[in-house]
Amino acid sequence: MLREMTLGQYYPGNSILHRLDPRVKLLGTLVYMVAVFLAEDVTGYALGAAFLAAMIICSRIPLGFMLKGLKPVLVILIFSVVFNLFLTDGEVLVSVWKITITREGIWRAAFMAMRLICLILGAALMTYTTTPNQLTDGIEKGLGFLSYIRIPVHEIAMMMSIALRFIPILNEELDKIMKAQMARGADFESGSFLRRAKALVPLLIPLFVSAFRRASDLANAMEARCYHGGRGRTRMHPLRYAGRDIAAYLIIAAFLAGMILLKIYAPLAYLSA
Amino acid sequence: MPFIKAEKLMYDYESRDDDGNVTGRVHALKGLSFEVEAGEFVAVIGHNGSGKSTLARLINALAQPTLGRLTVNGYDVTDADRIWDLRRSVGMVFQNPDNQIIAGVVEEDVAFGPENLGVPSGEIVERVEKALGTVGMSEFAKRSPNRLSGGQKQRVAIAGALAMKPECIILDEATAMLDPIGRREVMEVICSLNRDEHMTVLLITHYMEEAAMADRVIVMNDGRIVLDGTPAEVFSQTDKLTECALELPQAALLAGKLREAGVPLPEGIVSPEQLVDELVGIKNTWQ
Amino acid sequence: MAIELKNIFYSYEKTADRAARVVLDGIDLTLSREDFTAVIGPTGSGKSTLVQHLNLLLRAVSGDILYDGESIYAEDYDRKGLRSKVGLVFQYPEYQLFETDILSDVCFGPRNLGLPEEEVRERAVKALEAVGFSDDDHTRSPFDLSGGQKRRVAIAGILAMQPEFLILDEPAAGLDPQGRREMLDLVRGLHDSRGTGIVLVSHSMDDVAGYADRIVALYGGRVVMDGTPREIFSQRDKLEEIGLSVPQATQVADELRKAGMDIPKGLITVDEVAEAILGYMKSHGGSAGRNRQC
Repeated sequence: MLREMTLGQYYPGNSILHRLDPRVKLLGTLVYMVAVFLAEDVTGYALGAAFLAAMIICSRIPLGFMLKGLKPVLVILIFSVVFNLFLTDGEVLVSVWKITITREGIWRAAFMAMRLICLILGAALMTYTTTPNQLTDGIEKGLGFLSYIRIPVHEIAMMMSIALRFIPILNEELDKIMKAQMARGADFESGSFLRRAKALVPLLIPLFVSAFRRASDLANAMEARCYHGGRGRTRMHPLRYAGRDIAAYLIIAAFLAGMILLKIYAPLAYLSA
Repeated sequence: MPFIKAEKLMYDYESRDDDGNVTGRVHALKGLSFEVEAGEFVAVIGHNGSGKSTLARLINALAQPTLGRLTVNGYDVTDADRIWDLRRSVGMVFQNPDNQIIAGVVEEDVAFGPENLGVPSGEIVERVEKALGTVGMSEFAKRSPNRLSGGQKQRVAIAGALAMKPECIILDEATAMLDPIGRREVMEVICSLNRDEHMTVLLITHYMEEAAMADRVIVMNDGRIVLDGTPAEVFSQTDKLTECALELPQAALLAGKLREAGVPLPEGIVSPEQLVDELVGIKNTWQ
Repeated sequence: MAIELKNIFYSYEKTADRAARVVLDGIDLTLSREDFTAVIGPTGSGKSTLVQHLNLLLRAVSGDILYDGESIYAEDYDRKGLRSKVGLVFQYPEYQLFETDILSDVCFGPRNLGLPEEEVRERAVKALEAVGFSDDDHTRSPFDLSGGQKRRVAIAGILAMQPEFLILDEPAAGLDPQGRREMLDLVRGLHDSRGTGIVLVSHSMDDVAGYADRIVALYGGRVVMDGTPREIFSQRDKLEEIGLSVPQATQVADELRKAGMDIPKGLITVDEVAEAILGYMKSHGGSAGRNRQC
């Protein structure tokens, strides 16, 4: 169950996308998501998909691995497709019993699927090509200006990176505790909802106790290594923009401009309602 | 001037009941006085609860003494203004390998200390490379710590301490959770740090075999120092060690039994190699 | 009464960051209730994976396990019953404690077996007594105990299920010398007084030598050695090949034999080795042994 949860999964590589500054990738992903929402006809979606496809090729991540990223949201994807397919009014193409499929429904379902796939793969591409540490670095530096309005950006980024480091450890620990309680006859799989919720107590208490113990150990270890907040801290690999990052910003800007132009000048009427 | 100097050091903490009311005071350290010179390799042994880990925390100013005086590298541990200088000069390695690695990539973890000290980026890179080389973990620089063995994780932790360029390293039961191979890896690194880099080492452990590798052994019991001397001197005090709930290594026990039966063995044998050498020496005198 | 493992294979599934790996590679092994068996092997040899098969926490990819002659993989096999018969104490078991007092914590196991409340308490009290806690201790919080005490409470939690086999994964890990000894004495005592079959996973040869009747050495997911401590520790080269060592006393005896002293093979305890050395010295006219008598 919880073991299968993957967070910030990273696909090791050395492609141009892997080497981009995380700030570029963060902003780029954000811009891409906004741009996908601008698309409202075949050309728009085609441009969005083509851009994504180009990025995937640049990343050298196998398509199979990319598509695996869709697995967790498959249900939502199917649900929204079915929902749009059958419940859109318009020119009836097929009608069996109470189910009707309209031309508009087909378009709408296709667009909806495209939009979801583009959004999810776009976000996945960022996590696949960016280590969690780079990501937190990117957030810390990219959002650093927020610290002027007293948002503790450094602390938030540090918390994120520690959380990312400890998720697999706590996951393993949870697995161990679960087995240890099963060895004592605990049953996590059967019974009513209430019973199952109650069965979690012997799991969660040891897990929390352990998490607190680890937190206290870690705090000691950090203090012993002279950690005293973000002030006066330097970095081994400080983020610095390279030529490729500037180029990437320009490409993203061009893509966004393209999407905006399409929205203004080529509105096909399929979904204008 | 000694690197560590403790004078009548005391440390109490309050024990509390479930509601947080103070039920009593626990005297973890009851007046320790000792000195450690720069470059020494000192092992501190004692059973769990003898106060040896408390001592480590005081030396690194993670806790403050209740009474007495403790200076480390010339800094008084109660001097809040110099606390970062003090911690920079004493690298700590703790017991649980997982709970002291902060970053998700080995080299970034080693860089954590110098980053906190505000060392310029270029120099951090050099320090990290050197520290990882010293502990023999260079090839793992870009890996995630999660897939390393216990011994490897502890070596990364040692590298993390070394990257701060400390004068002294304290290992607080750093081998307790390791398998024999991991223990050997860590001990080899520690011995070579002391031998080759003249690093002051304070090794807190309950493995006698490890303590035997030090130049000097301090035995703690019930918050006090009960023995302090070379391994040979300390390990010849069998009765006193037993009183402190410590056990001699098998080789030392065996030597003791043979000596009791009249075999003319010298005092203070701790390792199998020493014992074999002595016995073979005795045998050769017959011929 | 025995647990029979027949040609057990087990491998991890392939995940994004880990390649598929065979952990158990055809294990054939019969564990008898009469024995105090020690399972030794370097880290990654499959020891911990193996013991989790014995109470169905892990299921072999192929092969069969018979408990008392019955396959535990049979469709209608009573799994819960098996977990009470084969008690498994994990490494650092103190991390599984969760109740506010130790008696309630120990009650968790027997209560899960669906026993009447009276028997649950009776068993818990007995189990705590067996690991050295008196009635006055029952209300103590497990979180106020020392490491060694917590661990004994955790073991009581398994004992209260009155298992026929008790399996312990590194029960002495992280304890100080006295704690280690007390823990191993406790386990040996449970074997001798209750007739509980013991399977002890360890990588401390010194611990294993003095306590086990039988040693099984694992390497690369296979059983590579199986015999009495004497048999196993007389094969020092083979042990060292798989990254294990012999107890220090055995090491001394071996080195002396190599140096030409006539000392028998297969000695494992300090007393045995001392006796053999003294015997050799007396019979070879060394001055050593005689001095005293003069």
